[in-house]
Amino acid sequence: MNEPASHDLIVIGAGPAGMAAAVAAARHDLDVVLLDDQPAPGGQVFRNVEAVVAKSPSRAALLGRDYGYGALFVDAMRQSTVDYRPETDVWQIGEDGTVGTLSPAGTALISGRRIIIAAGAMERPVPVPGWTLPGVMTAGAAQTLLKTSNLVPDGRVAMVGSGPLFFLVARQLLAAEADVVAVLDTTSDENYQAAQKVILGALKFWRDLLKGRRWMREITKSGVPFHHEVQDVRIFGQDRADGVSFEAKGIEHQIEADIVLLHEGVIPNQHLARSLDCAVRWDEEQLCWHVDCDTWGATSLERIAVAGDSGSIGGAAAATHRGRLAGLDAARRLGTIDEATRDRLGKRDLQADQRLASLRLFLDRLYRPRREVLVPPEDGVVVCRCEEVTAGDIRQAAALGVTGPNQAKAFTRAGMGPCQGRNCGLTVSAILADAGGMAAADVGQFRVRPPIKPITIDELADLAVDDPLE
Amino acid sequence: MFRPYRDTDDATVRIHFEGQALDVPAGETVAAALLANGVSVFRTTPVSGAERGPYCMIGVCFECLVEIDALANRQACQIQVRDGMQIRRQAGAVAAVP
Repeated sequence: MNEPASHDLIVIGAGPAGMAAAVAAARHDLDVVLLDDQPAPGGQVFRNVEAVVAKSPSRAALLGRDYGYGALFVDAMRQSTVDYRPETDVWQIGEDGTVGTLSPAGTALISGRRIIIAAGAMERPVPVPGWTLPGVMTAGAAQTLLKTSNLVPDGRVAMVGSGPLFFLVARQLLAAEADVVAVLDTTSDENYQAAQKVILGALKFWRDLLKGRRWMREITKSGVPFHHEVQDVRIFGQDRADGVSFEAKGIEHQIEADIVLLHEGVIPNQHLARSLDCAVRWDEEQLCWHVDCDTWGATSLERIAVAGDSGSIGGAAAATHRGRLAGLDAARRLGTIDEATRDRLGKRDLQADQRLASLRLFLDRLYRPRREVLVPPEDGVVVCRCEEVTAGDIRQAAALGVTGPNQAKAFTRAGMGPCQGRNCGLTVSAILADAGGMAAADVGQFRVRPPIKPITIDELADLAVDDPLE
Repeated sequence: MFRPYRDTDDATVRIHFEGQALDVPAGETVAAALLANGVSVFRTTPVSGAERGPYCMIGVCFECLVEIDALANRQACQIQVRDGMQIRRQAGAVAAVP
């Protein structure tokens, strides 16, 4: 095999965190490779922003200023010396800085003296009855289709969920004249009290808070049925979604729909970091695992840093700050700047990131998912979509004495399908914790093992240059 | 299942889904192209044979797996359409014996 091509820094993910990290490091003379699985830079939040801003003014207006703003970050990255490689999947990563990549050009191993993982976020699983039916998607999926493909849902749309992205997408789909037949807000009334306690810290972001209020008002004004305190959500339909039933303020409702969009907030996309066994810790405010790292993103592993939402959820603005901090720290570690310079250059990003934490805490409290989202009360609900393992199956395993998710996996096959537990991991652990009266932190999560992206034997064999048959 | 928000004059490529020719915008993902052509079922599951379609559109859920050019388990939301591409629904578990 060839020696892997060696670089100073490999950044994985070209969203706000990854772009900022790569640009900051390249500015301080590091040789930086930026890998991304998408054909264009921007991550999920700024997905396809270059093309939309350049070619589709109506869509740019619809997606809003916060989206269009992303073009500036993309420009900065394009103009830097960063070696940006689109359409490149990372299927393996090693503690020694070796990264296995797969792109239209073939399979390769490259190596970095330092690695920054900036893999972003994914939407939290919403295991409700019927969520596996065709026609049920995430709200984020609908937004992705609007950003990348100029598509809006065709047919009656019911939106079910909570969180900033949920209300943003609802508002965007209404503005795009999609046939939204209901917006079902699952936010628990109890959350308002908990959020109230930390609102003072968030008030300096009054513009963002007002923006949220405006979205809610726009949804109300649209005249579309807008229910609050929604619970006991069930999607009905035989072979595909026919609608959704729910309870709101003690009254049962049923709404017919062709497309149901779910969303209960986002969680870190942590597969890469976890495949390395980076130290993680449970966060009770965000109800997910955080990669344990310092303010510069340095993890428990010597060469590995994490930046942005794949470490812990902070949103796009925080991701940009954290990316820059991780990029500066890479330059410091590899000797192109000293510690004092890093601290001086990073000061503003550090302060900005800390300021944003108070807004985030408010949002986390306000949009904390209901218990029924975390631990599906009904035994028949599919938890692991790939292997069709239900909440009842996991509870049965717990009753047999299974204590951890990895043992539950062996007993039930939950987490053994193609998604490798990305979609069921949190739920499986939460059910086990609930059944055993344990803390989520003590139950732990699935072990992640490479390859973390599908790769064929043929593609793997590409790596070998010495053909033994010749 | 999805329709264009605004008409575009993007160049198209011809793909084939279950043998049927579809002209779709170049640069599109396979999943978006199929959703825009009324396809909601992309595969059946290996366990119960239940029908499934795209869920997350960002490469996380693996629900949109299809067979592309005779290769199974392709993530339709992550792969761009190419002229002449032959796409089929993925039926349950791929048999070990042909």
